[in-house]
Amino acid sequence: MIAELGLAALWLAAALAALQLVCGALATHAGEGHDLALLTRPAAILQGGLAAFSFAMLVWVFAITDLSVKLVAANSHAMKPLVFKLAGAWGNHEGSMLLWVTVMALAGVLIAAVERRLPERTMQATLAAQGFVALGFYAFLLLSSNPFERLPIPAAEGMGLNPLLQDLGLAFHPPTLYFGYVGLSVAFSFAVGALVTRQVTPEFARAMRPWVLGAWVFLTLGITAGSYWAYYELGWGGWWFWDPVENASLMPWLAATALLHSAGVLAARDALRAWTIMLGVVAFSMSMLGTFLVRSGILTSVHAFAVDPERGSFILALLAIYIGGALLLFALRAGTVSEGERFAVASREGALVVNNVMLSAVLAIVLLGTLYPLLTEAFDVRVSVGPPYFNPVGTIFVAPMLLAMAVGPLLRWRQDSLGRVNREVALVAALILAALVLVSIVGEVSLLPLIGLSLAGGLAVASLLPLGGRTLRRVPLATWGMVAAHFGIAMALFGMASDSAFTKERLAALEPGQSAEAGPWRVTLDRVEPVAGPNWTALQASLSASYKGGEPIVLTPQARSFWAPPQQTTESALATRWNGQLYAVIGQEAGRGRWQIRLWWKPFVTWIWLGGMLVALGGVLALIGRVLADLKRRSVTRRARARRDEARALVAEPAE
Amino acid sequence: MTRWRLWVPLLLFAGFVGLAGYMLTKPKDEFVESRMVGKELPYFALRPATQDRPGVASADFRSGKPRLLNIFASWCLPCIAEARQLEALAKAGAEIDGIAIRDRPEDVAAFLRRHGNPYRRIGADDLSEVQLAIGSSGVPETFVIDGRGRIAYQHIGDIRAEHVPMLLEKLAEAGS
Repeated sequence: MIAELGLAALWLAAALAALQLVCGALATHAGEGHDLALLTRPAAILQGGLAAFSFAMLVWVFAITDLSVKLVAANSHAMKPLVFKLAGAWGNHEGSMLLWVTVMALAGVLIAAVERRLPERTMQATLAAQGFVALGFYAFLLLSSNPFERLPIPAAEGMGLNPLLQDLGLAFHPPTLYFGYVGLSVAFSFAVGALVTRQVTPEFARAMRPWVLGAWVFLTLGITAGSYWAYYELGWGGWWFWDPVENASLMPWLAATALLHSAGVLAARDALRAWTIMLGVVAFSMSMLGTFLVRSGILTSVHAFAVDPERGSFILALLAIYIGGALLLFALRAGTVSEGERFAVASREGALVVNNVMLSAVLAIVLLGTLYPLLTEAFDVRVSVGPPYFNPVGTIFVAPMLLAMAVGPLLRWRQDSLGRVNREVALVAALILAALVLVSIVGEVSLLPLIGLSLAGGLAVASLLPLGGRTLRRVPLATWGMVAAHFGIAMALFGMASDSAFTKERLAALEPGQSAEAGPWRVTLDRVEPVAGPNWTALQASLSASYKGGEPIVLTPQARSFWAPPQQTTESALATRWNGQLYAVIGQEAGRGRWQIRLWWKPFVTWIWLGGMLVALGGVLALIGRVLADLKRRSVTRRARARRDEARALVAEPAE
Repeated sequence: MTRWRLWVPLLLFAGFVGLAGYMLTKPKDEFVESRMVGKELPYFALRPATQDRPGVASADFRSGKPRLLNIFASWCLPCIAEARQLEALAKAGAEIDGIAIRDRPEDVAAFLRRHGNPYRRIGADDLSEVQLAIGSSGVPETFVIDGRGRIAYQHIGDIRAEHVPMLLEKLAEAGS
């Protein structure tokens, strides 16, 4: 019954999405004051409620492990801890698509209920676009991946969830990315709406910006968490593999970063109109493209998703309709959107354009590298594109972008000269050069990490310079957000460069009592013993690790065996210090009572994820700052209007 | 912006959709078979890819005993997955030589330290010249070479656990 309720709610929500599309489109076509326009917002709100209800029903059948539902039988197990039962609801294809439409519908609720700044016709077009996108996803769910499908005969026991995914970090990593993707779908709807009515204005950018910022924060968190998860769970000590699935999450982030900055220019200076619209379309395209690449199995990836060519075709069709449609609209309409304000090269806008061009170039490079195997495979040549391509080619564009990022925030809007900020520029340049020289004298570091280390140093200082000479208490929240995000980038960059430059690795076969050294650490194997968890057993090594002869810390890496489904995983053990992490993994038995122990000393590696979190925090600060400023502006206009009405009423009265 | 430029994104996107649509209709498990199977190995002599193993030359495969020739790279993810199976093959008595594709000595050394070293010899093929000459189009691939330097069998993709007995059988066949 619960599953049927969920399914019914899903059908109703789909019908309401269709209603939202029709009403919104007709109202847009007819212009202001059409009766149908009154239905669009309520349809969006009701649709959100129904989608959320449907998702709640799915979580419920997972919570009670209803094994007559196919999805539960295929992905859950009665013996699984509750939190992973719940996470199992979205840890699979059907459930994750339902989560996607639910979040999208809830975003629709928010726009329909709150957003009143834009001209009503643009809003109707935006909501119609939102309904159109949602409709496609409902169709996808209902026609080709129904999460509530029943089994003719209930299963005796579920198949269990892939043990690699039975991890708290991963329970929340996909939803985080989905929130990001959905935020970009809202930005997409706004872009389409503005393009339809040709009203690409600073107000449009202000209405869109919180969604882009929110999406960007979630994407940043999602990528950071995913990278950390891969780092400690896969047991390879690496944190980024340029795998198609990772690229699929990075590409929307790059596009969203560019969009964020160009929307800023549009909101503040009414410039870059067509470009911002284009980025709005591109950012969502990248989310859908990522979903397509991941779900269709068209590219080979270490992330083994349930792969199904039929679903692949369905997503490709959706992609063709939405993105193709939007690009067609862009080609037809963008020529009639006037160019907007002009600006000098040496100005804040100029720096942001450099940033946008470089980000787009990096995006193109990642996209090309990800799709290249697909292209060559069409000609029967199989290739694998990896770090030897992405790292150096990416650096060519990331390095100038970081330089623009260091100088840009110091420049004024519209027109400025580098001469005005020459002291700051000289300081940053000197810092970068000094770091270059210093690092290359101190140690043998290869070129890319060397560039990374010195740019990180320069950027860290440069990102703080916009605060210079200001009363800190009066700096706007959005500026704090920018400073935090830019500083976070510098931190993350430092972590990456330091990890690849200074990591010390050691593989040793140890008997209990013997020790090995990795960098400044001395690690002794105390014993290896079996331990048991709720649905696994493991061999656990106890290691005493001492940093530079200090007090030893106990580390317990495990080789776990799950029994539903049967699979082995490596649980690494980490000792974290402010200046890095010791990473320990237990390998196979090496014979004669010895065990393979792998050790890595990774100086400052944690700064990658701390930096990532700081970037996300910067986004949150900027979001709060923008929303507060908007609310303030809105209440000011409301009060002004009230006063005007009052005055008019006073003037009008004697005439009666 | 001139008018025609506005159409560029749509055209690029249409190209992508066409390509992706075409690829979706193609069966996925289509491998590129080498035309060299059944023929003699072409002449090559590769320098060592690491310090602790000699390089590989085509003459090494004329010793009379069949050997495996594994094409791998330190930057290749499936190669990590098959490392354990290569280890098992080596334990079962197979003699394995490796060719590292487009790699650097320090990366190869790190890869072997991390994932095990089942190889007798490892040659460095910096420009994929030998790889292409023997008809391999990707990494990893594994060739069975009989004792007279003839390519007896080609295995494309990573070696899974179930392929280990099959490869041992192919080796035995090539030796008889």
